[in-house]
This record gives sequence, structure tokens and C-alpha cells, in this order.
Amino acid sequence: MNLYDQQQANRRNTLVVMAAFVAFFAFLGLGFDYFYFGFGPSAEYGIRFPIATLATITISSLMAWWGLQGGDRAVLSSTQAIPVARESNDPNHQKLMNVVEEMAIASGLPIPKVYIVPDSDPNAFATGRDPEHASIAVTEGLLSTLNREELQGVVAHEMSHVRNFDIRLLTVIAALVGAIVLLSDFGSRMMRWGGGGRSRSRSSKGSGAGALTLVIFVLWVVSIIIAPILAQILAMAVSRNREYLADASAAEMTRNPLGLASALQKIENVVSPTKSIKRGTAHLCIADPLGRKIDLKEGFWADLFATHPPMQKRIAALKQMGYQRSHS
Amino acid sequence: MIMFIFLGAIALVVLWAIAKYNGLISLRNQTENGWKQIDVQLKRRHDLIPNLVNTVKGIMTFEQETLEKVVAARSAAMGAKGVAESAAKEGALTDALSKFMVVVEQYPQLRSSENVKQLQEELTSTENKISFARQFYNDIATKFNTAQQVFPGNLIANNFGFKPVELFEITDAAERAVPVVDLSLKK
Repeated sequence: MNLYDQQQANRRNTLVVMAAFVAFFAFLGLGFDYFYFGFGPSAEYGIRFPIATLATITISSLMAWWGLQGGDRAVLSSTQAIPVARESNDPNHQKLMNVVEEMAIASGLPIPKVYIVPDSDPNAFATGRDPEHASIAVTEGLLSTLNREELQGVVAHEMSHVRNFDIRLLTVIAALVGAIVLLSDFGSRMMRWGGGGRSRSRSSKGSGAGALTLVIFVLWVVSIIIAPILAQILAMAVSRNREYLADASAAEMTRNPLGLASALQKIENVVSPTKSIKRGTAHLCIADPLGRKIDLKEGFWADLFATHPPMQKRIAALKQMGYQRSHS
Repeated sequence: MIMFIFLGAIALVVLWAIAKYNGLISLRNQTENGWKQIDVQLKRRHDLIPNLVNTVKGIMTFEQETLEKVVAARSAAMGAKGVAESAAKEGALTDALSKFMVVVEQYPQLRSSENVKQLQEELTSTENKISFARQFYNDIATKFNTAQQVFPGNLIANNFGFKPVELFEITDAAERAVPVVDLSLKK
């Protein structure tokens, strides 16, 4: 798959995610209309107009649009990232700006906005909707732990996420997963005071129809409960393969795979989790900020729940590249 | 019927030629843009050198020769015309600068100075930017040249006067030379 295909795939997947998000909310709204307002296919039912469905479709479309336009700001503010000035007196900041500029030149992209996350654990992420509206954030810990070459590798890794539009998909997912988790909480609270007016009113018409309605109601409730879990699994699955790809592109950009390899090793050695990066944005980072053991394993469960491939495998792949380079 | 097929074939060829021509134009613009990127960084380096020289001049009294070499290489590079000559002169400047930085490292007084450290970071960054810009330019220029040379794109390129561009290569002998390793251990 070349760069253009990757970009197209990411644009397409972003649209699919947004559409799925809207469809999920339409489903929620339809259920609400059916069970609470008695909306149905013929006139004998309560209301004629699926008011909740239209409301949820409108709201979710607005949210999906907002996720694309302002998702990066939401992600950045949730990590309390601070923008770095173009000209800074702090030598570490100046070094970071220089390295970012170098990698922008190497990738032929505009210079992204640069942020620093006040956290002592080394980590980094990129966000935004396209290369013209991209931001790269690194933690203070990363700046103080890595040397220039290693920093270059990490920034190159983030720049390749920017270049192939990974950031667009991952940012939208971050924004929408956050919204689903929030609304699912809200929804389950709603159900408690509601209590299915519809199933009560229909029970007189015969037990068969009542049982069917009950089954549908249960399915609807279950879907509300498992939606956030599914959304998070999706977010995790979608980010894993991208890490290998971004590692490889970073090596190609810097022509120095060992710089990134030693950066990853240093990040791996610091076991503490990155506190300022929440669960919802974990899949954006260069290394899993939650410090979970599952990322060290391979296999079905790890495939399902880990946001990142095992660090040692990534390092081994990079070292392999370095070896080939020195012998070619 | 045959007439229509004939006209259709001509229309297809014309459409193909237009697409190919536009592709070449776009590549040429990208190549020019890539060259400008290198140029910006080279200028930056030229501007940085007087600063650097003035900062260390007072302390590096014994190494006037190294300093003069840097200054001479800079003015030679600033006068260079065209890609190939620039590449050669800038290569010589890179070489002189790296020797100069090695010398700076030997002066503890310079090494610990904040000012020198900052200039060193700026110089490192500029050197990196030059090499990344060169990498980007060479990649896109190679693409442009290949698109002009392969069949049937070469028909368009020849008819509309596209010319292959020069790559920004390090032609300086000092950078190419492989250090001689003598393992005979004779004194």
C-alpha cells in the first residue's frame, strides 16, 4: 500500500466511523421513540413522528462534525498540553522546535503546532484533521530523557502519522468514543426513571407480542451498555498496525532506525503510566500511556485489547532495519 | 463506425497527453519548491557563520587557520551558481564547519558557554535541515527525471522541452574519501 492509498483509506475509514456513530444514535433514538413515545409503523400507535430519532440524528451529526473539526483541541486540552512558542529561550524547547522543523522538511509537510504535556513520563502523540491542521505533543519527560537523535526518531514517527492521515481517523475516534461513553452513562440513567411505558401498554394485546417487545427492549438496552466497550475495542484495534508502519516511515525519514529504537527502549524502561493522558486518547500515543501488561503479550486477547504492539517487537524490527542499512 | 473509433482513439491519446503534461508540470514545480527549501537552509547557514565566528574569535587564538577556512568556504559557497556547483561548494563548507566544531569541543571555555551551546544547536539543526531538504529534493528530482525518461512519457517531455534536473549531490572529495586504514603496525 503506498502513501496515497493509506491517505485515502484513512479518509474513508473516518467517514465510516462518523456514519456508524450517527447510525448508532439513530438506533438509540428509534428505540426511545418506540418504547417511550409509542411510535410505530401504523396509525394506532402513540405519536406519528419519530421525534427522538430525528433529535439524536441531528445531535450525533453535529457531534461527528465537531469531532472532525475540533477533536484535536479536545484531545490537547484533555492532556493539559501547553503550546510552545516558535522562538523560545529554553534550550530544550528550542531543540524540540528545531527537530520538528527538520522533520517537517524531511517529510515535505507544513510545520505542525507543537505542544508540551506537563508529565514526567516519556510519551508523545499527534492529532489534527490533516497535515495543514496538525499538532504534535510531547511530554516534559520525553524531552528530558531523550537525546537529539532519539527525539528526532519520535518526532519522525509522529510526522508519519500526520502524513498518512492516521491523525484524522484516530482523533475522530477519540472524540466520538468519548461521546459514546458519556452518553451511554446518561442513557442508562434515563432508563432507570423511564421503565418502558410501551411494554406495559401492549401487554393486554397478547403475550406473544409482549414477549417479542421485551426481547427487542432487552436487545436495545444491551446495545447501550456494550456500545462503549465495542467503541473502545475498535479504537484499540485500529491503532495497532499503524504503529509498525509509522516506525518504518520514521526510519525512512531520518535514515536512522536506531535512533527511534533506542528512544522506544528508553520509553519502555520507564514503567510508570502517563497520568495526564486518559484512556480515551491512549491510542494516539507512541507508547501505551496506561502502562498495561497486555501490551507485552501477543495473541487473541492482546489483539483485542492492546492499543500498541509489543515494544520489544517494534524495537527488534527497527534494529533489523538498522542492520540492513549498515550492510547495504 | 470506423470513423468514430478513429476519432475516439485520437481523443483518448489527447487526453492522455494532457494528463501526462500536467503531471510533468506538477513534478517540475515540486522540484523547484524542493530546491528553494535547500536554498533557504543554505542561506540560514551563511547567516549563522559570522555570528559563530565572532563569538569564538576572542578565545580561539591558536586556531586562526581553521576559522579562516570556514570564512573562505562560506564566501565561496555564497558565490556558487547552479545546483552542481552549489552542491560542491556547500559540501566543502560542511566539511570545514565540522572540523571547526571538533576544534571548539577542545576548548572547555567555549564548550561550557551558553551562547556557544545555543549556536551549536542552531548549527546542528541547520546542518540537519540542509541534509533533509537535500534528501527530499533528490527524491522528487529523481521522480521528475524518471518521468521524463520512461516511454511513452519521454515523447511528451521531448516535445515540450522538459529537461532533467541536476541532483544535489555531495561531490566534495573529502566527504567521499574512505579513510585509509593501515593495519601493518609499522612505526
